[in-house]
Amino acid sequence: MDEPKRTGTEQGGERAPAEAAGAEGRGTIWYRREFTSLAASGAILACLGVGVGAVVRQLFPRVLFEPATAFKAGYPNEYIVGEVSEKWMKSQRVWIVRNETEIYALLGICTHLGCTPRWLGAEAKFKCPCHGSGYYQSGVNFEGPTPRPLERVKVSLADDGQIVVDTAVRFRQELGQWTDPQAFIPSSAV
Amino acid sequence: MAETATQKKPSRLAGVANNYVWRSIFRHGYADTPRNRVLQVAANVWLHLHPSKIRRHAVRFRFTWCAGGLTFLLYLVTVVTGVVLMFYYRPTAEYAYWDVKYLDFDVPFGMLMRNMHRWAAHGMVIYIWVHMLRVFMTGSYKPPREFNWVVGVVLLTLTLLLSFTGYLLPWDQLAIWAVTVGTNMARATPLLGSEGPLGPELGASPRYDARSLLTAGTVVGAPTLLRFYVLHCIVLPIAASVLMILHFWRVRKDGGISGPL
Repeated sequence: MDEPKRTGTEQGGERAPAEAAGAEGRGTIWYRREFTSLAASGAILACLGVGVGAVVRQLFPRVLFEPATAFKAGYPNEYIVGEVSEKWMKSQRVWIVRNETEIYALLGICTHLGCTPRWLGAEAKFKCPCHGSGYYQSGVNFEGPTPRPLERVKVSLADDGQIVVDTAVRFRQELGQWTDPQAFIPSSAV
Repeated sequence: MAETATQKKPSRLAGVANNYVWRSIFRHGYADTPRNRVLQVAANVWLHLHPSKIRRHAVRFRFTWCAGGLTFLLYLVTVVTGVVLMFYYRPTAEYAYWDVKYLDFDVPFGMLMRNMHRWAAHGMVIYIWVHMLRVFMTGSYKPPREFNWVVGVVLLTLTLLLSFTGYLLPWDQLAIWAVTVGTNMARATPLLGSEGPLGPELGASPRYDARSLLTAGTVVGAPTLLRFYVLHCIVLPIAASVLMILHFWRVRKDGGISGPL
């Protein structure tokens, strides 16, 4: 009889048998063959997508077996005003700095590409051996390729009066986070 | 065909190729006819990627410098020596460094195998550049060979990634810090890095971003070593092999090695 003309290719892939079908009074949107073919392709793509998504998600573990980040760093009076203490550098990779107004802890990871800077007491600066980034005692960068200051980590006082440092909680000066009360211990509280 | 061959051989060896078992494995005889010469390549599963006959100009050293072939040869050397090393190396933080020391100083020919692996790896990277230079200088990237050049660039990237992942495996200071620096660069990736443009907006955090995908943790540690080991020994070699097959195939399809443009 009257074969409905396939106008799909003319319309750029969008099937328009509605016209032809409508012309015949069928009222269908798609031919069954095209619908099942599209549905099957869609189902295959969806399954592949879920599979790829599962593999990608699998590569990000929820639990990391890394040592606990919080530790007790002794009593505030063990730290001399105006000095950078390297006591916890080897074991925890933090410097504890005390000045007249506060006690804070700097994370010993260079903000350039992750090496461990050195504290040069004679020149009062932190200097990274990898690419020469330099920071003041406050942690602010002033030379070298590093784009931002060293990060400070959370310090607080425990019930027994010891300083508790948590290297997992970090504060960035360039985001204004150094004024956060968790980023320092004021001298008045000591 | 077997009779003309055996007339020249001593009778003792005649039975070697004249029996049912031999012929069931090696289906074609070794008589030197043009047909047999072609069949030995075309009907062989390992060799039939190669053309059965090539033009004389294809073997001109001055044109190709053998650079591509040497790159592939060095790749095969790294694969073979790598497999040999795998019998002794354990990719854990506890054992990696000591297993490499054991390979160097205790395992017979261990130092030779390790050094061959390293030299072949360096040599492969160098020869890839020589090959790229040659292809560029001879205009062998022009149509219809443009896609093959693109495949070659992807192969270059895979080779450099193989070098990067392999560098971590000895687990010494040089390795750990080099990979620390390298993976920290991944933090600056656009869209996927926690410090890159548009990264934090898309939800990338230091815990879930392109860097932590590589390091499998917050620092370069034991999970990183295992992940790099799998990348270095399984994922990247398979990807490189697949693309090499495509690369060699395209050479033939596009007109043959050092064929006219």
